[in-house]
Amino acid sequence: MKWRYSIPALLFLGLGGIFYFTLTKIGRGTLDVREIPSPLIGKAAPHFALPSLLEPSDLIDSNVWRGQSYLLNVWGSWCEGCKEEHSTLIALARVAGVPLIGMAWKDDHASARAMLTELGNPYSVVVADDAGRVAIDFGVYGAPETFLISADGIILAKHVGVMSDTVWRSTFAPKITNGASR
Amino acid sequence: MIPELGEYALILAFVLALAQSVFGLGGAHLQHRSWMEALTPTAMGVWVCMAASFCCITYAFVSHDFSVAYVANNSNLALPLLYRVAAVWGAHEGSLLLWILILASWALAVALCSSTLPAAFRARVLGVLGLIAAGFLSFTIATSSPFLRLIPAALDGADLNPILQDPALAAHPPILYMGYVGTAVAFAFAVAAMLSGQMDAAWARWTRPWTVMAWLFLTIGIALGSWWAYYELGWGGWWFWDPVENASFMPWLTATALIHSLAVTEAKGLFKSWTLLLAIFAFSLSLLGTFLVRSGVLVSVHAFASDPSRGLFILGLLLFFIVGSLVLYAVRASALKTNTGFALVSRESFLLLNNALLVAAAALILTGTLWPLFMDAFNLGKISVGPPYFNLVFLIPTLPLIALLGVGMHAGWTRAMLSSKRNALIGIAGGAALVAAFVALGCYDSAQLLTIVGFTAGFFVIGSSTWFVLHRLLTKQHLTRAAFGMALAHAGVGVLVIGVTGVSAYKVEKDLSLAPGEKAQIADYSFEYMGARPVAGPNYDAIEGRVVIRKHDMLVDELTTQKRTFRAQHQPMTQAGISVGWSRDLFVALGEDLGAGKWSMRIQYKPLVRFIWLGALIMALGGLIAVMDRRYRSVAKGA
Repeated sequence: MKWRYSIPALLFLGLGGIFYFTLTKIGRGTLDVREIPSPLIGKAAPHFALPSLLEPSDLIDSNVWRGQSYLLNVWGSWCEGCKEEHSTLIALARVAGVPLIGMAWKDDHASARAMLTELGNPYSVVVADDAGRVAIDFGVYGAPETFLISADGIILAKHVGVMSDTVWRSTFAPKITNGASR
Repeated sequence: MIPELGEYALILAFVLALAQSVFGLGGAHLQHRSWMEALTPTAMGVWVCMAASFCCITYAFVSHDFSVAYVANNSNLALPLLYRVAAVWGAHEGSLLLWILILASWALAVALCSSTLPAAFRARVLGVLGLIAAGFLSFTIATSSPFLRLIPAALDGADLNPILQDPALAAHPPILYMGYVGTAVAFAFAVAAMLSGQMDAAWARWTRPWTVMAWLFLTIGIALGSWWAYYELGWGGWWFWDPVENASFMPWLTATALIHSLAVTEAKGLFKSWTLLLAIFAFSLSLLGTFLVRSGVLVSVHAFASDPSRGLFILGLLLFFIVGSLVLYAVRASALKTNTGFALVSRESFLLLNNALLVAAAALILTGTLWPLFMDAFNLGKISVGPPYFNLVFLIPTLPLIALLGVGMHAGWTRAMLSSKRNALIGIAGGAALVAAFVALGCYDSAQLLTIVGFTAGFFVIGSSTWFVLHRLLTKQHLTRAAFGMALAHAGVGVLVIGVTGVSAYKVEKDLSLAPGEKAQIADYSFEYMGARPVAGPNYDAIEGRVVIRKHDMLVDELTTQKRTFRAQHQPMTQAGISVGWSRDLFVALGEDLGAGKWSMRIQYKPLVRFIWLGALIMALGGLIAVMDRRYRSVAKGA
C-alpha cells in the first residue's frame, strides 16, 4: 500500500479532531462562537439623554451616573431572550451592588410597562430608546445585551444574549470589584 | 395522532433503510440473489415512509397544530398557506426531514433506473445510500424529531423567521438539497466501485449522468439563494462569502471538477484514483456543510439554532462516512495501476488543469471558512475572514481556469491538433477583446485592466462555445446532446463572468437621506422620493416608500420599497424595490425613519447583474441537455 493514498484520510481525521475539540469546548461553555469582542470595551460609553419609560415626562441624562459604576441592559417586550433573562436580572439587581439601568429598545411603551408589571422590575431606572439611535451608538445588534460601565464612564464589559449566572460570574463580577477600587 | 404517525413512519423508514443497507452490502458480499432483488421494494418502502412522515409534519403546519413544538416555534396563525408549507423546512428538524426525503428519492430513482447495472454493483450502490439514510434517520430520531409535543399547546405560534418568508427562499432549500444530497449518489457509486474492485471506465459512465443531475440542481439552488440574498436582505449584494454560502459552493466546485474528471476516466480510463477521490470529496464537503450549519460551530445568518450534542452526533456520522470511505480509498486506490500517456497539449491535460484549479479554489475557500473557527478554538483570537480574502484568492485560480476553458474545449483526446484551430481561436480572442473594449469604454466610459480582462474572458468563452457548435454543424460532424450541452454550459460560464465583471466594475451604491419630493442623481438616472405611507400585510405592518425614476426626464419606472415589521417576532425586514432590465437593475431600499418625513435610503445602480443568474441558469440547462444524451439512455436501456 502506497502511503500517499492515506493522506486524505489522515487529513480528515485531523480536521475531525479539531471539530471534536471545538464542540466539547462549546459544550463545556468555555467557547462562545457568537461572542464578538466589542470595539467599545475600554472606550468611553456613549452619552445619552432619553425619556423615562415609567415617567415619560422625565428626561434622563447618562451624566447622572458620573462617579458611579452602572449596568445597562438593552431589552424589549418583543424579545424572547429578554423574558428568559428577566428572573436572572431580578436576582442580580439585588446582589450586583451597582444600579441596573434598563433601556427599552424600539418598544411599544404600553407593552414594555406591562412586561415589567407582570414579571417584576429589576431596573432602578428604565429609559426608552424608541428610534434605536442610542442602541446604535452602543453597537447593539440584537436584544438582550448588557453593558457594564465604570465610574469614569468607560465600558468595562459587554454580553450579547441572555444573561446567566455563569456569564455574570465570569465576565461581570470580577470587573465590578476591580472597577469599585478605581 | 397525526404527528405520532409521522414519528412512527420515521422509525419505520429507519428500519427499512437499515434493511436496505444490509440487503445491498450484505447481499452483494454473500451473493444472495434474493436479498439483492428485495432492494427495489425496500427503497420504495423507505421513500413511502419518508413521504408519509413529511406529509404528517406538513399537515401539522397547515392545520396550525401548535401542540407540536416545532410548529409552534416556526409558524403562526397569520402565516399565509405557502409559507406554512415552506416553514416545514424553515428550521433544523424539518429541513433534516426534507434532506432525508430527498436522499430517499435519489435512492429510489437509482433503484428504478439502474436495472442494467451488474446486480452486485447496483446492490452496493443502494446499500451505501441506505446506510447514509439510516445514519441521518438515527440522528433525526435521537436528537431532532420535529414531532415532539408541546404540552400545554401554544395558543399561537412564534412565527416563521421573517427572513424566510419569500417565494424564492421557499424553493431554495429543496432545490439546493437536491444538489447537496445528489452528491451522495456519486459517492455511493464510488464506494461501490471500490468495494467491488471494479474501478474501470464503466463506473465512470454510470456515475456521470447522476453527477451532472446533482450538479445542475446545486447550480440552480445556489443561484436562487444568491438572487434571494440580492433582493431580500436589502443590501443589493449577490454573494457574501458567508460560511454557509461557502458550504454550498465548495461541493459545487468539487462536483464541477468531478464531472470533468469523470469525462477523462470514461473516455480514456485515466485519473481513476483521482476521480474516486473527487467523488468522495464532493459528498464529504456536502456533509461538512450540513455539519457547519447544524452544529453551532460557525456564526452565520443561515445557521440553525443548535446545540453541541447534535454537533457531536453529526460529527460522528461525518467521520464514519468520510474516514471510512477514505480508508477504503487508501487501500483500493493504491492497488490501481497508474497508466499515463497523453501529450502536453491534449484534452486530458486541459482537464487535469481544470481539476487542479477547481480543487485549489475549493481548498482556498475551505481554508478561509474554517480559519476563524480554528483560531477561536485554540484561543488565538477572534478573527473574521471576509470578502477581501475570498475575492482575491478566488480570482487567482479562476482567471486561468476561464481562459483555459475557452481553449480546452477544442482540444482532442491524447494529442490535440490545436494548430488547425489556432487561427480561429486567436480570431475569437481578438474579437472578444474588441467587444470587451467597446462595452467597457463605449457603454461605461471607463475601464480598469481587470474589467477588460473579465469582459474579454467572458466574451471569449461565449465565442469559443458558439464556434464549437457552429464548427461541428458546418463540417457536418455529429453534434451529440452531450457536446451541445457542454458548449451551452460553458457559454453560461461566459455570461456569468460578464455579469460579475460588469456589476463589480460599474455598480454605484449610495446611502442618502431623502425628504418627499427630493431627488438623487445616480448614473443617468434621477430618483425622486415621493413619500412613504403605512400598509399592512397578512402578518406584518410596513412603511411603504415610493420612488419615481426618470432618465433624461423620461419615466423609467416607479418603485415601491417596504420596511416590514413582522408582528409575532417584531423583526424588521426590508423589501427592496427593483427595476429589472437587461443592461441594469435599479435598486431602492428603505432604511431608517430620520424624522420629519425624511428617510435614509439605499439606492443602487447594478449594471449587468441579471447576467449572473442568467449565466447560472444557462449552465444548468446545458447540464440538463447533456444528461439527455443518447449514450446515457442506452445505458438505462441495457446496451
